[in-house]
This record gives sequence, C-alpha cells and structure tokens, in this order.
Amino acid sequence: MAVNLQPREVASEGIAGETAPVPGVVRRRRRRVRGIVEIALLTVLAVIMLFPVVWMLETSLKDQRDIYAVPAKVFDFSVTLDHFKNVFASDSPVVEGFKNSVIVAGSSTILATLLGVPAAWAYSRFKIRAKKDQLFFILSTRFMPPVVVVIPIFLMYRDLGLIDTTLGLILIYSAFNLPFTIWMMKGFVDEVPAEYEEAAMLDGYSRVEAFHRVTLPLLVPGIAATAVFALIFSWNEFVFAVFLASSDAARTAPPAIAGLIGGTTIDWGLVAASAMTFAFPVLVFAFLVRKHLVAGVTLGAVRR
Amino acid sequence: MADTASASQLTPPPAARRFRLLSDRRLAGLFISPALLLLLFLSIFPLFWALYLSFTDYSATRDVPSRWIWFENYGDLLTSPQVHERAITTLIFVVGAISLQTLLGFTIAYLISRRVRGRGLLTTLFLVPMMLSPVVVGLFWKFMLDAQFGVINSFATSLGLGSAEWLTDERLALLSVIVVDTWQWTPFIMLIALAGLTAVPKYLYEASEIDRASEWFRFRHITLPIVWPLLLIAVLFRAIEAFRLFDLVYILTGGGPGAATETLSFHVYKTAFLGFDTGRASAYGVLMVIVVIVLAQFYLRYLNRLQER
Repeated sequence: MAVNLQPREVASEGIAGETAPVPGVVRRRRRRVRGIVEIALLTVLAVIMLFPVVWMLETSLKDQRDIYAVPAKVFDFSVTLDHFKNVFASDSPVVEGFKNSVIVAGSSTILATLLGVPAAWAYSRFKIRAKKDQLFFILSTRFMPPVVVVIPIFLMYRDLGLIDTTLGLILIYSAFNLPFTIWMMKGFVDEVPAEYEEAAMLDGYSRVEAFHRVTLPLLVPGIAATAVFALIFSWNEFVFAVFLASSDAARTAPPAIAGLIGGTTIDWGLVAASAMTFAFPVLVFAFLVRKHLVAGVTLGAVRR
Repeated sequence: MADTASASQLTPPPAARRFRLLSDRRLAGLFISPALLLLLFLSIFPLFWALYLSFTDYSATRDVPSRWIWFENYGDLLTSPQVHERAITTLIFVVGAISLQTLLGFTIAYLISRRVRGRGLLTTLFLVPMMLSPVVVGLFWKFMLDAQFGVINSFATSLGLGSAEWLTDERLALLSVIVVDTWQWTPFIMLIALAGLTAVPKYLYEASEIDRASEWFRFRHITLPIVWPLLLIAVLFRAIEAFRLFDLVYILTGGGPGAATETLSFHVYKTAFLGFDTGRASAYGVLMVIVVIVLAQFYLRYLNRLQER
C-alpha cells in the first residue's frame, strides 16, 4: 500500500542510490565514524575523571600489603573491611569528627534555612529600596577569601570564648551559607505566582498567613533542595574548621581526616576509608538534588 | 478587598483576625533583618576589624598594646619581593587552572551534548569530583602522586616513562596543584557549559543544515554566541575561587617545596598564624579583598546582564 503512495521515479532513484554511493551516504558514514571517535574520547575522559575515586575506594578495601605494592595492583588484590572497621573503632581519631560534623552541618543548615527562607520571600515579594544592590551585596560576602575572614573572626571568637566550640562553627557556617540560601530560595519563591497569595489575602488571610498557608507548602521541595546544598557545603568546609576548632572536642571530620597525614607514618588505608566514609553521604545527597545542581553550585545565581 | 461575602459561604472568613500592625514594609524588615544581622556580625564587621588592624602593628600573641602605624604595612607589602613572588605564583595558578578547566570542561560538555542516550548518567558520573570536599580531593591526590608508592608513578614506570617527584620537585609542584584543581573543577565548567549548550534551540541547527552550513560555521555562529555569556559567568566564578585557593595547597604541598606553591592565601595564613604578625596579615588580607571585590564586580555585572535578558 505504502509503495503506491510514492511516485515511481523517486523509488527507483532510491534503489540506484544503494548501488553507487551518493554524497548523502558518504556523509552519513563520516558522521558514524565521528560518533565513534566522540564516544571513545568521552570514555577516555570519564575513565580519567573517575579513576582517582575508584583508586581511593580500592585502597580503602585493600589489604595493608597491597596498598603499597609496586607496581600498583589495580585488579587483583585481597579485599578486607578492616580499614572501615578502624574508622568507627572506639580509639579512632576520626569518629568524633564525624559526630561533630553531623551536629555542625545539621544545625548550621537549619539556622541558615530559618533565616534565609523568610528573607528570600521578602526579597521576592516586597518592594524594597535598592533591592538589587542588597542582593548583590549579600552574594558578594560569600566571595571573601576564607583565610582573610578567619583572622578577625579568630580574634573575635577568642574574646567571646567561641574558639573550639561547635557553636562558633555553627554560627560561621550559617553566615557562610546564608547568601546561598537567600539567592537559591529567592529563585524558588519567584517561581510561585504572587497571585496565589493575593487570592488568599482576598479571602481575608493576612500576609503572613497567606505565606504560611499558600506559598510555604509549594516551597517545600525547593527548601529541601536548598537545605541539602547548604548541608553539603558545611559538611565539606575546611578552612574555618581547621582554624576555629582544632581541639578534639569540637573538631569536625575534614580537619580530623587531614590530621591523619600529619604524623611520621601515614596509614593510607585508614585515610582512604575515612575519606570514602566522609564522601559517601555527599555523593548520595548530590544525587538527590541533581536537578538543581546548576543553581546550587553557582550559589543560586544561574538558573536553568 | 474586604468583600468576602460570597466566599464566606464556603469557608468561614478569618477576616477578623487580620493584623493591621504588620504593614508590608515592617514585615519585610522583620523577615530580612535577622539574616542581614547575622551577615553583618560575621561577614562585614570582621572585615572592618581587619581593616582597622591593618593600620596597626598588632600581634595576636604579644600583650604589648599595638601602635597605629598608618600605611606602613601596606607600603612594606607592596614593595616586598616575597609578596610579588606569591602574586606571580597565584597568577600562574589561576591562569593555568582556569584555562585548562575551561578547555576540558567545554570539550566534555560539547561531547555530552551531542549524545542522545546516556546523557544523564554521563553528566552524573562526570560531576563526582566537584562534590567532594577539598580535603578528600587533596588526600586522594597526595596518595596518588606519592613519589614512592603512588599509582601515577607506578603507571608511568610500567609505561617506561620513569617516575617523578610530583609534589616535591620545585618545577612540578605547582603543575601538580594545577592538575588537581583542574580535576576537581572541570565538572563545574562542564555543568554550566552543558546548561548553555542544551539551551540552544534545535531549529537553529535545522535551519543551518538546510543552508548546508559547515560544522565550524555552526559552532562559531550559533553555539558559541549562545553559550558564551553563561561560560563567562562560570569562568569568572572559578577565577575568584582559584584566586583565594588555600585548602588544596595546605594538604598537598604545604606551600612547598621552598615557596613553589605558596599562593597569596597561603602566605596570608603563614603571616597570621605562624608569624603572628596579625596587623600585616590583615593588610595583606585587605589587599586580597580589594582584588576579590574587583573580580566580583565583573561577575555580578555579567550576572545582572544575563538575568535581565
């Protein structure tokens, strides 16, 4: 049936094309070769990018002898979970760090969210003098070199007795996550039409109630994504942690893990296992918010 | 606005409970000020304190009262050959790392954008390094670049290339830091370039196909103009972060060998926390902040232009 729809001349041309290659076929073939080259290149790049992670994972699972084997053993090594057991052992130098990290990252994220979400809503909904300047100013505080900021913060914390306390870290991490939270959340609030709130206000709700009852429920996924990013940022932070909380009581995981290479002998198996334990939750969380990664890593500045 | 007669038949009107006290203006202030106060307390005030300290010879460990010495710290720093050296090291690092990242990141993004299947999986895989803590990244690479049992040297030896002292050779150390930073942040450029590339409307390519435009012409006149503004934002963002690099250096090389990998940030740290020359370190920091502010201005201006589009 379909054959009848095609004019006879066109059909015969198609058959002729198969016997003697016309430019279209050559072009198609060239395109296929190019596709294979591109896939090969991508594979090579992916292997290079992922190799360090795979290598660290292997190291954390390797027998002590195989870790230092020369030439390096990539495939045939004896597997052991001893290093991971050591990470969580009672005399482990990092397990306390993990606990502190959970407290610090969790509390600072909650604080930044509690302060940031209402501010973002206000910036999105109200006419505020020099709004744009304020927002850009807020974002620019995030660009300050941490090593520079830490000098006066150190002196200030020394006077206030906040050195080597989790509270000190929680406060500085909240301040450090706040610009991000405000920018990221403002984007999410902008996506909820202001008309929803206005309609609720026509029904007699006050502004705050309208926000609470209408907008807030719609913002929950956005708040969750923003909080996850804030969590990752505080979890990974190193500079403030190493200068403001170096004692065992308040030390978070990053300085604790970095401290493992301070001695004369380095137990690389333990380092690898701690690093993998530390990185694993981040990768899981990052996977959960992958849809918002562009906005997240640009501190909420670029939205696509 | 108060006319809710018809609605009241469905739901009881809470109109009686409206707060007249909270005008929009006050509400905005109430919602924004806690956030601004925290920033003021922990971001702005410290900077001004550093500015004050930069005019004194204060030291965090000495009990002697500090003297006001005006611009002496600044004069010393700006004429110090040591500082010039660190500035050049930082410049080499920033230019080297950012160009490598841009080149690689854009290439990967371009290659991924041409794939139809597996795009999501590929992107996710490539993004792993970026999400890791600098501590983890630093440790990964310190281990891999180790001169004795590092896997890089092991591979190089098997391939007959011989081994190298990646982190302790004066000529190689900075290159190693650049490579590690590139490994971690290429995904960042890639991610943003990919966002730009997938935003290019398909019909433009289809039209150019009909016009039999060459591959290069298409890239130069369709892809690049659309991706460029976004790529520029990514590059500026990275430049600011690379300029203040500290953690990788701290873990990988500790600034050494000699001062081969000592960036400005690392030198500030040494002045403040090892030399206890707090006043001078503050002046040093203020100078860095000025550079960051200039860079951030460029960034924010482009960002503003991009957002207004």
